[in-house]
Amino acid sequence: MTKQLPPTDVVVIGLGWTGSIMAHQLSEAGLSVVALERGPWRDTATDYPTSYAQDELRYHIRQDLFLRPAQETLTFRNNARQTALPIRTWGSFMPPNGVGGGGVHWNAETWRFLPSDFQLKTHLTERYGQKFLPPEMTIQDWGISYAELEPYYDRFEYLCGTSGKAGNLNGEKQSEGNPFEGARARDYPTPPQQQPYGPTLFGQAARELGYSPFIQPSGNLSQSYTNPLGVTLGPCTYCGFCEWFGCGNYSKASPQTTILPALVRNPNVTLRTQCEVTKINMDASGQRATGVTYIDADGEEWVQPAEIVLLCAFQLFNVHLLLLSGIGQPYDPVQGTGVIGRNYSYQTLSGVKAFFDDKNFNPFVASGAIGVCIDDFNGDNFDHSELGFVGGGYLGAVQTNGRPILGTLTPKDTPKWGAAWKQAVTDNYLSSYQAAAHGSCYSYRDAYLDLDPTYTDRLGRKLMRMTFDFHDNELKMSAYLTDRLGDIMQKMGPRQIEKNPRTGPYDVSIYQTTHTCGGAIMGSDPKTSALNRYLQHWDVPNLFVTGASAFPQNAGYNPTGTVGALAFWAADAIINRYLKAPGALVPK
Amino acid sequence: MLLDRRTLLMGSALAVIFSGSARAIEIKGRLPWHSNAGSPPSPIQLGPWQFFTPEEAAAVEAIVDRLIPPDPKAPGGKDAGCAVFIDRQLAGPYGSSQGLYMRPPFMDGTAQQGNQSPLTPAERYRQSLAGLDRYCRASFLGKPFASIPDAEKDKVLGQLEKGPIKLDGPSATAFFEIILQNTREGFFADPIYGGNRDMAGWKMIGFPGARYDYRDWVGRHNERYPLPPISIAGRVMGAS
Repeated sequence: MTKQLPPTDVVVIGLGWTGSIMAHQLSEAGLSVVALERGPWRDTATDYPTSYAQDELRYHIRQDLFLRPAQETLTFRNNARQTALPIRTWGSFMPPNGVGGGGVHWNAETWRFLPSDFQLKTHLTERYGQKFLPPEMTIQDWGISYAELEPYYDRFEYLCGTSGKAGNLNGEKQSEGNPFEGARARDYPTPPQQQPYGPTLFGQAARELGYSPFIQPSGNLSQSYTNPLGVTLGPCTYCGFCEWFGCGNYSKASPQTTILPALVRNPNVTLRTQCEVTKINMDASGQRATGVTYIDADGEEWVQPAEIVLLCAFQLFNVHLLLLSGIGQPYDPVQGTGVIGRNYSYQTLSGVKAFFDDKNFNPFVASGAIGVCIDDFNGDNFDHSELGFVGGGYLGAVQTNGRPILGTLTPKDTPKWGAAWKQAVTDNYLSSYQAAAHGSCYSYRDAYLDLDPTYTDRLGRKLMRMTFDFHDNELKMSAYLTDRLGDIMQKMGPRQIEKNPRTGPYDVSIYQTTHTCGGAIMGSDPKTSALNRYLQHWDVPNLFVTGASAFPQNAGYNPTGTVGALAFWAADAIINRYLKAPGALVPK
Repeated sequence: MLLDRRTLLMGSALAVIFSGSARAIEIKGRLPWHSNAGSPPSPIQLGPWQFFTPEEAAAVEAIVDRLIPPDPKAPGGKDAGCAVFIDRQLAGPYGSSQGLYMRPPFMDGTAQQGNQSPLTPAERYRQSLAGLDRYCRASFLGKPFASIPDAEKDKVLGQLEKGPIKLDGPSATAFFEIILQNTREGFFADPIYGGNRDMAGWKMIGFPGARYDYRDWVGRHNERYPLPPISIAGRVMGAS
C-alpha cells in the first residue's frame, strides 16, 4: 500500500557529497528540502572513532562501510560479444553506502582538472587534427569552461579546507605549486601537508630530471580549519587509514566533517535514512518529474512529491535510476544514438615498485593524500604528436598506507607462501616503495551502461549492465606514463624496480579505483548528452543530476574536486536562474 | 540563515522520529547523537572450534603452518592463531557470504568477471577439506594431511596452487587461493579476530598497529619507528 507524503520543494536522492551540498545550498535559499539516503546514518563518533577505526580487516577486507552487493550490484562484460555476469563481490571499484557517501571513505586527493580537459575534443582536434583521434573515440567538450568553474572549485576547496600550494594565482606562476594548473583566484585555504621520506625523495629525483614536483592537494588537513559554515576540522595525524576508512580524527574532509552539522540545523531540511528511491515519477507529458517513489527499511512504499528532483546518488546508480525510470533515451551502441548510459569511462592506473637496501620509509606514517606529484605528463601538458596516443595523468609518490594484509610489497619472483615469502615480507616491508601513474580514460562508442536482460536485484528490478574494456590509446598511454614514472623511481637509487603498466583486458575483480564516470553526461548537444551545462536534464527541466556521471570522459585526476565544484555550479544555476524562470536553462 | 530560538527548540524536540522501525530514521534539527552509541568490533571468544571439526582443524592448522612456517624469529601460522582466525571468520558473516549477490543463474564467466561460484567460503572449506583428506589418505597410506612430512605437505600445497592435483569437489586452485588469503589475513589482522597472536605478524615486519598519531614522525626521515605495536583492544590482547 503506497503512502503519499506532503509535497516538498526539493527532493534529494542520495546524501553523499553532492546531495549534502545541494541540500545545504537550496535550503539556505529558503526551499524546503527532503533528502533520501538508502544507507544508514553514519558519524565519526559512532561508526569509526579512533578507538577502532584502524581495522584493516573490517573496513578494507570485509568492506564494512560499502554498499552490499545483495542490496544492489551490476553485471559486467568486456564487450558486447560476451554475456554479462553479476559482480557478486566488489573488486575493481567500491560503491559507497550511507550518509556521506564516498566522502566518508575517500583518500581526499582534491584536484582540479586542467582548462583543456573541459574543451577536450576541440583542443585536441585543433592541436593534432581530427585524424589523430581513434575513430571509435567519443570524447566531447563539457559545455562549460574551467574559468566558469573556477569560483566553484574555490567554494569546494574552502568548504573542505584543502591543504595545498597554488601554482598559478591569477595567471602568475608560483614556485613550489603545480605550474600546469589553471589560474586560481586565491591560494588553498591551508598550507600543504608535511611530507614523509618517500615523497620527499621522489620530489628530489623528479626535480633532478627536470620536472616540476609539487605537494599533492589534500583533503586531510595540515592544520585545524574552520570552514565558512562554521564547522571545524582537526589536523591530520598521518595514521594511514583513509581510503576504505572513515576518519576517526575529524581531519578528512567529508560531508560529516564539513557540512552535515550545519545542514541539519536548517528547519526546512528533513533527512531520511534507510530509504531507497526506486523510481523518479513523471507526469503524463513525460517532461516533468513529479517526485519519487521510495521504500523504507520496513519495505513500505512511499511517494514523495517534489517541485524539483535532484539525482545525487553515486555515478553508477544515477544512471541506473534514470534507466529504470525511463527518463531520457537509452544509449544504443550499434546506432550510436541515445544518451543514457553513453560514454561510460573509468581511470587508467599503473604503478612502479622499487626495492631499496638502505632506506626506511615507515610506510604506515601516511595519509590518503600526502604525496609529491608531477603534472608534466598530464592531459595535454606534453606534446603527443609523436607518441601515438592522447591523454595523460599525474605521476606521484602518494603514501596512502602501510597496512599489512594488502600493503606488503615483495619482488615479483618471490613465492607467494612459505619461508621465502615470509623472509621477503620481513625484508621489504619498511624499505620498498610504490608510486603510481593516475591516467585518464577517454570515452568510446563501445563502452556503455544499459539494463541487464537476465539478472535482477532484491526488489525485482533489472540490474544495470556495464560493457567496458581498456582501449589501445589508454594502454599505450599507460605504458608511456609508467616508463616516465620508472625513470624517476630509478633516480631514487633502488636495488631494483618493477614497472606495472595497465594491461588489458579490464578486470572487474581487481581493485583499481572507484572513479567510475559518465553515463549521464553533460554537454551542449541534446543528441549526445543527457544534461545541459547546468546538469539539468535536457528533457525534464525540473530534474538535475550531479556527480561523475556527468563527465563526458575522465581526466588524469581524482574526480571529487570536480564533482564538488559542479554541484556548487548547479546549485547556483537552480537558485539564480531556474527559480526565477522554471524551465529549460538552455534551449534544445 | 536566521533561526529564532523557538524554531531551534522545536527542531530539537522533533529531532529523531522513529517511524515504526528502529532503522528508518528521520533526522531533523540536530545530529542524531546518543551517548555510548557505537559499533565496536566484538573480540573472538577463545574456546572450542566453532566451524571446523577437530579433523578439519588439524588439517587447517597444518596448512597455515606451511603457508607461513615458524622460524626462530617469528611464529608460524598455527602459533599465530591463523586457524582460529579462519574458524571464527567461517562461523560468521564472511563464511556465509552475507551481503554478497548470490542470486542465480550461476554461470562460469571469464577471469575478468570475477568469482561466479555459488559456494560460500564455509561450503568451499568444508568440501575442499574433505577432498584434500581423501586425496591424502589415498596417496599417503591412509594418513591425513596433518600427519604427512613437511616436505610432502609443501609438495601437495604447491600442486594445489599450480596443479596438477585435482580434488574431488570444488577447484583445488580456488581453495588454495582462499586459504592463502585468509591465512595472510589471520597473520596480519588485528589480534581481536583471533590471529596475529601477541601481534607477532606486526612485530615481524615493524608495523605499529592501531596507533593513530604519527605527527612527531612524519618529518623524521629514514629512521626506524621505535614503539611496539598496539591492538585495537590495547597492548596485550590474546595473552589471557
